[in-house]
Amino acid sequence: MHATSAVGTERVAPKAGQGSVLSVRDLKTSFLTSRGWVEIVNGISFDIDAEETLAVVGESGSGKSVTALSIMRLLDPEMSRVEGSVRLADRELLTLSPAEMRSVRGLQMGMIFQEAMTSLNPLQTVGKQIAEVLTIHDRYSGQAAMKEAERLLDRVRIPAAASRLNDYPHSLSGGMRQRVMIAMALACKPRLLIADEPTTALDVTIQAQILQLIKQLQKEEGMGVLFITHDMGVVAEVADRTVVMLEGRAVESDTTEAIFERARNGYTRALIAAVPKLGQGSENGPQHFPTLDRKTGIVAAARERPDTVRREGEPVLSVRNLVKRFDIPGGLFSGPSGRVHAVEKVSFDLRGGETLALVGESGCGKSTTGRAIMRLIEPQSGEISIEGTDIRALDKERMRDMRRHIQMIFQDPYASLNPRISIGDAIAEPFLTHKLGTKAQAREKAMDLLERVGLSADMASRFPSQFSGGQRQRICIARALSLEPKVIVADESVSALDVSIKAQVVNLMMDLQEQFGLSYLFISHDMAVVERISHQVAVMYLGEIVECGPVRAVFGNPQHPYTKRLMAAVPVPDPSRRKQLRPVNNEEVKSPIRPVDYVPPVREYREASPAHIVQVWGDDWKV
Amino acid sequence: MIAEETARVLPAEPSALEKVRKILFGRLDTMLATGIIVVFVLIAVLAPFLAPYDPLAQSILKINRLPSSENWLGTDQFGRDVLSRLIYGSRNSLLFGFISPVLAAIFGTLLGVIAGYFGGIIDRLISRVIDLLLAFPELLLAILIAAVLGGGFWNIIAVITVAFIPGFARVARAQTLSVKQEPYVEAAIAVGVRTPIIIVRHIIPNIMAPIVALMTLWVASAIRIEASLSFLGIGTRAPNPSWGNIIRDGLNSLFGSPWPIIGAGVAITLVVLSFNLVGDAIRDALDPSTAR
Repeated sequence: MHATSAVGTERVAPKAGQGSVLSVRDLKTSFLTSRGWVEIVNGISFDIDAEETLAVVGESGSGKSVTALSIMRLLDPEMSRVEGSVRLADRELLTLSPAEMRSVRGLQMGMIFQEAMTSLNPLQTVGKQIAEVLTIHDRYSGQAAMKEAERLLDRVRIPAAASRLNDYPHSLSGGMRQRVMIAMALACKPRLLIADEPTTALDVTIQAQILQLIKQLQKEEGMGVLFITHDMGVVAEVADRTVVMLEGRAVESDTTEAIFERARNGYTRALIAAVPKLGQGSENGPQHFPTLDRKTGIVAAARERPDTVRREGEPVLSVRNLVKRFDIPGGLFSGPSGRVHAVEKVSFDLRGGETLALVGESGCGKSTTGRAIMRLIEPQSGEISIEGTDIRALDKERMRDMRRHIQMIFQDPYASLNPRISIGDAIAEPFLTHKLGTKAQAREKAMDLLERVGLSADMASRFPSQFSGGQRQRICIARALSLEPKVIVADESVSALDVSIKAQVVNLMMDLQEQFGLSYLFISHDMAVVERISHQVAVMYLGEIVECGPVRAVFGNPQHPYTKRLMAAVPVPDPSRRKQLRPVNNEEVKSPIRPVDYVPPVREYREASPAHIVQVWGDDWKV
Repeated sequence: MIAEETARVLPAEPSALEKVRKILFGRLDTMLATGIIVVFVLIAVLAPFLAPYDPLAQSILKINRLPSSENWLGTDQFGRDVLSRLIYGSRNSLLFGFISPVLAAIFGTLLGVIAGYFGGIIDRLISRVIDLLLAFPELLLAILIAAVLGGGFWNIIAVITVAFIPGFARVARAQTLSVKQEPYVEAAIAVGVRTPIIIVRHIIPNIMAPIVALMTLWVASAIRIEASLSFLGIGTRAPNPSWGNIIRDGLNSLFGSPWPIIGAGVAITLVVLSFNLVGDAIRDALDPSTAR
């Protein structure tokens, strides 16, 4: 490890940070905990030049965000200690008084964060908030500040900037809010922009827009950018140089190209290998992620996976013309003021041992579809049959029995386990609920399942708080398996996990599919993971399936304009594409909210290739 | 790699007992308060051994005496030993203090959880009744009911319980509404767990923290209300001693012998203050949103 950290300093050592915008030397940050001082960041060094982007990448808990907060000096001085040296344009920041530091923030360094909604004041118009930044630093006053705010909104490519000035944050979309944040950060022309996971909460098409925007503004302003992220794909898109962090240390630091092509450190290589890449789908259906040893970086080649799909017989799960609409309540005495068309006439079949992915961006209705199939919400109309039985026609008691055959895994592994029930009891609960055996048998079953999902049986008496996110997701999978279901609805089940853990859980899900002949309805926004895990894919947009078919057909030859847009927006972990500046596209994902009297158009579908179905799109897609 | 991720288990969270210990002995003020409560509970339990005289024994020879080596806190207008009455009085006061909040917590939580979980017409019905009860100040409501039912141990318990139910129901309902949204509740529904079991296994254990905190805070209120009712003559019936009616009896001879009032006043103040301190500490520890 010493060898690799020397690589990072080698390049910058001769100039010793002279002339660079930001120069960090041996940064150490400790937090005061109940066990005394704990070092979170131990000795990070890097430089950022003008017009350069440095990415700090790492998994959760690696100390990357703490590094950014230390540089900005936003940590509570009573609970934390920052040592080393941080020089912004040859001025030491760590010894400045709080008042001096305030003038540095905003004026010389701008910041954007992950949650644009919580970073903006909901009670003030965005124009006022931008103008406030300008007046605090005495750059403009009164009307001139508002004028400048308008110019800034225009610069971050917000359409109709003048009319947006008087909007409140809640009336803007996530992407637009992040643009406002960028406008505020750039208001005083800082020399350094610190971006802490600025696109993590955004949809993939919006993420692509924001990344392009940051790149373009950087070029125009000539500022340095410190980019904190967990996503290697994003790193490849934006960063000139990259620092890889693990447990508070920089394990490797080099140019982004070098990191991707010839990483020396095992962890770095494991991280890159775990990144799902588009275009790796195999002829023979879904394949495992290659597994890598964190320490050595040795790749264990994934064994060829047999075909699990049972093509003969009727589908395990069949959905026809599913419709779910939510009314938006109006005033006290008037009817609904609008209607969310969350799911519109969705139909698909899922065969035994098959994985069907529902992909789309937030608000496209993919989760609602999953919840309607589980009958966690009642759909307005449509048919849902499991092995030929229409479950919508079942009464409460028979539905309870039917639930044995269809189970669900949720997104948030921290919230989907009751904190007050031991994991053994949690896994045994479904078994006992359906009276499939005695308590002793249930316990035995729980232990067996724990082993099957890669945990050990003696963990059964422990509580959820003692497990990490990936382990909890394994526990949730074990719980879903305890009824030996035929279908598992996995709603964004791996989205909240770190890349390396994500790869392991996806591998586990594939193993279980082989062992139990499970069918998955895999709901996800992550195109690259979907390509790995699924046989079939259905792309959803505004509640409708716009394209559907075998993964290779849909991803290899996308037909619908929305599918194409979605594919183009996925970050590609290939640094050579970075230099291309693509024009910033302002397309927003449209809202599925319609007037009460809206009648959805009748859609037609055509077959692009065998089993590859595409919706015939209307005028709104003709460009 | 898989082995590395799955083998590691984080240390266990501190057990509930450990948490409580930390709450009660973590700060000097709560430690003192806990000590005072323990002393008063011991006094109440051991009253027959501690009290130097029968609290009901009257003596025409010893009316309104000032403190002496014979009667440490003097005697009242009927010649009864004030200290003995205070010691026995702590039994009534603490019993009211404990029983009513516990009963109110049970009924209130039940109502609140039912309203919150089922929603709709059930929620509206329960919530309106609770709003109605909340419109009256607790003490006024207690006086009202006591005036109708009359005094007596169980009547007073019922009175204070009813007065406290709305608070617990409100908290339980709000908590249920948020816990109901948790994925683990949905997961249980998806598995096919029956509604009563979901409520008992998945909802109630996860809403208990604020309920317990509220309960501790209201022990103090219950003691205060019981004292007020007894002072007004509609609480514990004479000649049975309670801190409230000791003050009431003492009022007649306030200037001749102020000791009954001073003694009972100090006892009420100490106990109420202690329970408030402990209640605050428990609330802060269990409910991070209200912590300072």
